Amino acid sequence: MNKKATQSTLAQDLKALALDGVNEINVDVGETEVVVNPDKLIEVATALRDQLHFEQLIDVCGVDYLLYGKDEWNTDTSAAEGFSRGVAAGTAVGRMSFGDEVEPLADGESRFASVYQLLSLKNNRRLRVKVFANDNEFPVVPSVTEIWSSAEWPERESFDLLGIHYEGHPDLRRLLTDYGFVGHPFRKDFPLIGNVEMRYDPQKKRVIYEPVTIEPRVLVPRVIRKTTRKVPDVADDSTSAESDAAESKADA
Amino acid sequence: MPEIRNYTLNFGPQHPAAHGVLRLILEMDGEVIDRADPHVGLLHRGTEKLAESKPYNQTIGYMDRLDYVSMMCNEHGYVLAIEKLLGIEVPERAQYIRVMFDEVTRILNHLMWIGAHGLDVGAMSMFLYAFREREDLMDCYEAVSGARLHATYYRPGGVARDLPDSMPQYEASRFRSKSEAAKQNEARQGSMLDFLEDFTNRFPGCVDEYETLLTDNRIWKQRLVSIGVVSPERALQLGFTGAMLRGSGVEWDLRKKQPYEVYNRMKFDIPVGTNGDCYDRYLVRMEEMRQSNSIIQQCIAWLRNNPGPVLTEDHKIAPPRRADMKGDMESLIHHFKLFTEGFCLPAGEAYAAIEAPKGEFGAYLISDGANKPYRLKVRAPGFYHLASLNEMVQGHMLSDVVAVIGTQDIVFGEVDR
Repeated sequence: MNKKATQSTLAQDLKALALDGVNEINVDVGETEVVVNPDKLIEVATALRDQLHFEQLIDVCGVDYLLYGKDEWNTDTSAAEGFSRGVAAGTAVGRMSFGDEVEPLADGESRFASVYQLLSLKNNRRLRVKVFANDNEFPVVPSVTEIWSSAEWPERESFDLLGIHYEGHPDLRRLLTDYGFVGHPFRKDFPLIGNVEMRYDPQKKRVIYEPVTIEPRVLVPRVIRKTTRKVPDVADDSTSAESDAAESKADA
Repeated sequence: MPEIRNYTLNFGPQHPAAHGVLRLILEMDGEVIDRADPHVGLLHRGTEKLAESKPYNQTIGYMDRLDYVSMMCNEHGYVLAIEKLLGIEVPERAQYIRVMFDEVTRILNHLMWIGAHGLDVGAMSMFLYAFREREDLMDCYEAVSGARLHATYYRPGGVARDLPDSMPQYEASRFRSKSEAAKQNEARQGSMLDFLEDFTNRFPGCVDEYETLLTDNRIWKQRLVSIGVVSPERALQLGFTGAMLRGSGVEWDLRKKQPYEVYNRMKFDIPVGTNGDCYDRYLVRMEEMRQSNSIIQQCIAWLRNNPGPVLTEDHKIAPPRRADMKGDMESLIHHFKLFTEGFCLPAGEAYAAIEAPKGEFGAYLISDGANKPYRLKVRAPGFYHLASLNEMVQGHMLSDVVAVIGTQDIVFGEVDR
């Protein structure tokens, strides 16, 4: 119950602050999320740190929304010959190989987002901040390294893996991939099997890179089924279930 | 006049004190570090991308391989995120088992840490003592899951199976006489809980033994006191969590502050440091081992008296019993669908965090309603600790770099993912 109270006050606090650039405030599964305009990110983040005491930036995560909501197997509607089958594979994750094209997003839809997990030790609550980059071809998001030093590496990681550019980052280099790596592997149009493979060539007496020879292989097709959450609010229900259990024990 | 230049030193990736595959580029002014640039990613396997191509349950095994000395805690964070999105209840007994194994894992991790840290700084025998105790705990892992390291034991909705009634026994062989085997089997006659209880009774004595060797040891203190000092403000700024944050004097433990599973029913204390140096972090972790030991004892006491289910009865999420599948059509269908397609999560996002031995381990899950995650982001504590290495070693000697890496408790499985 307590948890719910703090969460709703967080949404209320955010509304009360009425920060310029906050487009949406969502509360789901007991978590609060704000969607922020990239141009206003620095101002909003500074206000969140100084006024709502989000002292810690826990994580930065880049997301590529290119294939969001796309499945390989239609489970809702059946034709005369029955349901569709997962064998007619599309360009889902793991199915692609080098050079395969993915249908681009419609105009006005943002492809890349940068998601920040914030933690306030003072108020003991969490907040998720989401920023959609404006340009799908060359996504740019301002860097929050000036506000939280811990953003330095995760922003580098996000740049490396998804190609999101963090403007104002002091040292935006690749972090996790190999020296001389080409491409951004966590983009949805990057093949799971990669583009090149490496081996030692005994003739040339050195390590060489070649195009991959393995076939993309996915055993389980991606399906989307309409499911609903069993319990609407996890935190709320667990406490009530516990008290129920305690009561029944006392009865016994 | 000869030109005076900084000397650039390459440390690793094959250096035994680099705790795996860390490559450090050190700019040295004499023997003093000017700048440290860690090059990571040599163990990058793209776990998060692999997860996107697999049903949810098939990724649990990958979680073990992130921080490969605190396996079950990683599974726990991932499984919690799934449960949060599904909105399912975990049976009480499973929650106790999870808490118990989280603490077993914490001891496993801290033993590995004290062994490696001691070895780096020159206390060779620590490694041997720590591994002696680790062996018993890994036997518990094996008894419960069949694997000593990569258990894949936690499942959405509970744990894979209940605690076993017997422990595997040593057999006499060319290398082990009958009497030796009998001696080793002495504690293994009862159930797994008996074995673990026997361990928890012994273990505080073992920690005392380590402390006798190290806590007041002159060389140990010379290597750790006032090395790698981090102020509480900087610790927060740098995203420190776990023992690294507590060593700097910030009282923050998710088990207390945002309790998950049944941690709110456990009695334990949070040790906190004062100076924020390597020695304080050492003391914090030693105390954490004692606290974990007490939590395990509390769990054992509860688990002995409260039998019950350990996996949710919702067969859309967890497979039905094997015996039911033989006769019950419904169970057969559930089993088939679960293992050919998996279960779908409602669309949405969830972030679940647990207090892993190294700090806050979080799993951020984005689902678009499919049977596979749309995006999984693992928040690894070690990643943020290593990012601060440059700041922590500036102005220190080369030999202190090794002490700082040791105190950060770095494991590359989770840093590189």
